Amino acid sequence: MEWEAPAIVLDARPYGEGDALATVLTEEFGAHRGLARGGASRSKAGIWQPGNLLEVRWVARLSDQLGSFTAELVHPGAALAMDDALALSVLSSACAVAEGALTEREPHPLVFAGLLALITRLPVGPAVLADLVRWEMALLAELGYGLDLTQCVLSGETDGLIWVSPRTGRAVSDAAAGPWKERLLPLPAFLRPGANDAVADAAQWAQGLAMTGHFLGRDAFGTQHRPLPAARDRLVARVNGLADHAGH
Amino acid sequence: MNSPEIDRLIGLLAKLPGFGPRSARRAVLRLLQHPQTRMLPLAAALSEAAAAVAPCSLCGNLDSRDPCAICNDPARDRTLVCVVEGVGDLWALERAGVHRGLYHVLGGTLSALGGVGPDDLNVRPLLTRVVEEPVAEVILALGATVEGASTAHWLAERLQPSGVAVTRVGHGVPIGGALDVLDDGTLGAALKARRPA
Repeated sequence: MEWEAPAIVLDARPYGEGDALATVLTEEFGAHRGLARGGASRSKAGIWQPGNLLEVRWVARLSDQLGSFTAELVHPGAALAMDDALALSVLSSACAVAEGALTEREPHPLVFAGLLALITRLPVGPAVLADLVRWEMALLAELGYGLDLTQCVLSGETDGLIWVSPRTGRAVSDAAAGPWKERLLPLPAFLRPGANDAVADAAQWAQGLAMTGHFLGRDAFGTQHRPLPAARDRLVARVNGLADHAGH
Repeated sequence: MNSPEIDRLIGLLAKLPGFGPRSARRAVLRLLQHPQTRMLPLAAALSEAAAAVAPCSLCGNLDSRDPCAICNDPARDRTLVCVVEGVGDLWALERAGVHRGLYHVLGGTLSALGGVGPDDLNVRPLLTRVVEEPVAEVILALGATVEGASTAHWLAERLQPSGVAVTRVGHGVPIGGALDVLDDGTLGAALKARRPA
């Protein structure tokens, strides 16, 4: 058994003295684990960093075996993000969320394409946070927990949507929210119908991450009895800090 | 085939870095063939080191004295603290003889998937040190990995309120390295870290 495909490294843990147990995300084969021989060695550890895009070849005798990876670096997403604390946080969070939420060997081409786009957008600065929120929504949709933010779940209205039901993941208009407002999640302005990312600010990115975090925590990770990754928690803390700073 | 004592010795040695079952067998054979000159001195040295060596209460270095020889050295620049991931990194910097200040061993890096969080690292003593001691600069000498860089950013933010200068070791072209054999990531980092010639 073997395949060759572009793949994004999600995780690589040292195994033995010089090898690494790696998890990569491919378009066709989904999240896939394998043994990267020499992946933790001095010469190859740089390749197997989360966020790097590689051309990976996987080989195993039987399809259900772990198999082994060989790889060539295509885009050094990790190295390019290392100097920028926010970009590195976004990259680490996205890789950890994908690694934890996706079922192994189940293809999710939209998640792969979204993560690839996110990695190439990292140099744009904090605006990439809007892309991250959208990517997390796409991930939830791929897993069967999609949010419906197009119309009010109560009234069917398409205007004045500023809340999201934490139970159903559907939008709620301000007029229909009534006394339940305190229990609803704020829908950030950049995700409202007709809005664009140009108006987004740190407070909205924080709202967006809180919204997707609620559903990721409950549906994607909660069903596995696992908490959200610590890398995502650190990103949320960083973005909340940006929002507080902007508020002052 | 071997006696249980020999098998146990081979098994223990084979778990050490650099050893496998074959090399452990060869090492054990050599020890057994020279018990007086190799084995007993080694056993005594292991026993003494196990009893005497412990992490330094100030920096986390391994030494038989506490504080360690580096922390006790009056010739060291006490305004300069170099933060490293492990004792192996400290030894590498000492071998190179390029740092004349003090050290602080973190004991790892933040790792979401490895389950290493801020509380698992030797961070609190560092934050105390920079406030209570005359530290002017903290050098973050952590690995050029996603986990190393994430830890460096996180630590830089924690150190910021103390007012000390926080610097990082450079990433880029190694001494003796030709550009055409470097990977794209290292080249990118080298160009980003360019400085006036």
